Amino acid sequence: MLHEILFFFFAAGCVAGAINLLAQKHPINSALSLIVVMASLAGLFLLMGAEFVGAIQVIIYAGAIMVLFVFVIMLLNAGIEEHTKGSKIAIILGVPGAAVVATLITWILLRTETSNTPISIGQLHGTGADIGRLLFGPFLLPFEVTSVLVLIAIMGAVVLARREDA
Amino acid sequence: MPQVALFLLVSLIKVVLVIFILLTAVAYTVWLERKVVGRMQNRWGPTRVGPFGLLQPLADGLKFILKEDLLPPHVNKPLYIAAPMIAVAMALLSISLVPFGGTITIHGYTTPLQITGLMNHGVPVDINIGLLIILGVTSIGVYGIALAGWSSNSKYSLLGGLRASAQMISYEVSLGLSLVGVLILTGSFSLREIVNHQAGSILNWNFFGGLQFVAFFIYLTSAYAETNRIPFDLPEAETELVAGYHTEYSAMKFAMFFMAEYANMVTVACIASILFLGGWSGPVPSFLPPILQSLVPVFWFCLRIFGFLFLYIWVRGTLPRFRYDQLMAFSWKFLLPLSIANIMITALVVALK
Repeated sequence: MLHEILFFFFAAGCVAGAINLLAQKHPINSALSLIVVMASLAGLFLLMGAEFVGAIQVIIYAGAIMVLFVFVIMLLNAGIEEHTKGSKIAIILGVPGAAVVATLITWILLRTETSNTPISIGQLHGTGADIGRLLFGPFLLPFEVTSVLVLIAIMGAVVLARREDA
Repeated sequence: MPQVALFLLVSLIKVVLVIFILLTAVAYTVWLERKVVGRMQNRWGPTRVGPFGLLQPLADGLKFILKEDLLPPHVNKPLYIAAPMIAVAMALLSISLVPFGGTITIHGYTTPLQITGLMNHGVPVDINIGLLIILGVTSIGVYGIALAGWSSNSKYSLLGGLRASAQMISYEVSLGLSLVGVLILTGSFSLREIVNHQAGSILNWNFFGGLQFVAFFIYLTSAYAETNRIPFDLPEAETELVAGYHTEYSAMKFAMFFMAEYANMVTVACIASILFLGGWSGPVPSFLPPILQSLVPVFWFCLRIFGFLFLYIWVRGTLPRFRYDQLMAFSWKFLLPLSIANIMITALVVALK
């Protein structure tokens, strides 16, 4: 019972935050809505027993990355967004498009959902130890390749930001 | 009384007690700071209100409450009001995960000395990922300062907010990485388990036995930066920015930022003692009654926190402020490589053992 209440609480927070993100005119309000979405996602992760992922979601996404978003918005002193012709087309085409995608996902989920047996949190593999074993065991190669990818991105940023004379 | 209602009642008592003690500690840390810094600078500090100026925090609090709460016309109202609330709420939230001692038994009901803890088959347990949640809550607390700076719509506030967010992101990295060595040694994120792992003698502490003194140094330095204390108080550098991010705040809203800063100092001291200095371990005399025996560890824990707070004040009285580029270079070019080296060496030692 409590589980369902919490699920709908976080799910509603997630959807409301996402809609508010689009509806808000000022970038900083949109960024704050995105933080609500990230934090609600962390709540959903926790409900699924993925406690490590949930905590990391808050630390990395809601904490670090969104602070950088807010930082950039503050630094550029971005004003209220302007609506151009392109954004009107995006609204006209986007709403039906989003509806189609949502319907497709629901349909696929309803078709493939076969098991309804509830399992308790303890039976899921979400603790830090479990994730560590998975990352450094069966998924070692993808994990290392991803870290190299991130490293390349960082080096690219350094190269782009470096002064010419230095 | 049914078990659930009793649990809720006990939790409520714990929450009220911890918040009350924390806020009192915050108020008297301010008093201690004024007193100690005063003595270091050959002054008396507060002496007028009560003996040794001991009632000064009360007078200050009264003044904050009674002063007019100005709302400048040029601010972004919702965020301007929300920012101090975020700051103080996140600062108070993180204390709820801190364990203060073992268990206490009153009238046959045993409960752990921690808000978010419960008894599991007679053993106190807390949240599996307590340390990560504290880091997460701290990282959300940055928004309080960043938004205060932005929503005030003043250039000094904005510069303070920008400095704060850049500084806190930079030092959060080395702060998080400095904890990894301890986590490798313990193999758990649970604060209670980290303390239990260091139980026994002083040589079992992560600082001595775990050889984490480099990590301790990195943690302490980063923690000073995270709490915006001298020598890293650039977000509120009064010689450059008036008062930084809280320039436009007055009365209780200003006091909330103040409370958040000092509550964060207390939390940081708690984490430092739990992770590096054995938490609440210390000699417990066996001739005392059981209730006092379970409270003696709390005393040892508070003694460590007091030591850290005194160190904070001592550093404030000693060191000058960093320049901003020095601050950034210190974080990224010195602390970050050092903490990664610490992780590698600790991991090697654990693997070879």
